[in-house]
Amino acid sequence: MTTPYGAMLDSLTRLRGIRGVLVVSMEDGLVVAESLMAGMKGSPIAALSATLATRVAELTGSSGHGLPRFLHLQGGDGALLVAPAASDLLLVAVAGRDVPLGLLRLEMLRMAERLT
Amino acid sequence: MRAIEPWVLGPLGTFVSESQARLALLMTTSGQVVAQHGFAGSLDLMASAALGSGIIASTSELAVQMGWEPFRIVMHHGSRRAHFLGWFDTPRGRWIALVVFSADTKLGLVQVFFERMVEELVAATPPEPGQKKEVLAADFERELNASLRALFGR
Repeated sequence: MTTPYGAMLDSLTRLRGIRGVLVVSMEDGLVVAESLMAGMKGSPIAALSATLATRVAELTGSSGHGLPRFLHLQGGDGALLVAPAASDLLLVAVAGRDVPLGLLRLEMLRMAERLT
Repeated sequence: MRAIEPWVLGPLGTFVSESQARLALLMTTSGQVVAQHGFAGSLDLMASAALGSGIIASTSELAVQMGWEPFRIVMHHGSRRAHFLGWFDTPRGRWIALVVFSADTKLGLVQVFFERMVEELVAATPPEPGQKKEVLAADFERELNASLRALFGR
């Protein structure tokens, strides 16, 4: 990977059970940078994560709770984690079942603060 | 939603409902309409098809002049509406899709569903009818009227 986000994404993908990490443009749902396991397609994850984050932001905004800081969708086979960052960017991670989610969440929040 | 070729309706219908497109138009590179969704009048439809195919032709030539591959997608993001124009290859030749969607729909989402529609269209394309008929000037108006009836149901 040659993007400026490469080192940041690689440090997350080194965590056990992480299948992929992406930086996504929230406004248009396109991939800005990605580090994914072979066979994973980034564009659908980026598009759906951005749509999800926008809808949740509308929901939390209209209910008076401000913008979300972190989204966590837990499925039977893994989890989708989204951390909104500055500059209209999202940090998105796809994790398998046996992943230390607390550590991943902390790392993502820390990185989202640095993401510009 | 109407189509000249009925097998197009399935993939296009799925795309329109999933992407929440307001208008959708499938056409050949010469601007001949294959299917449409959301257009009320034949004038708008034919003008959009002509302009869409013209934009693809001119942007493709622009890319060639710069030594690039032709642009696959041309996007315009307005304040209320966005326009997506993209070409793709089918067993029936190169087709163009023009999609108008709300500005709050993500471009990435439209692209994902567009790629899926292309795969479904390619898979659904029936074999070409045996022998191609020669197009005669005398048949042109009758075929144009038949196409308009198919696209607008009148």
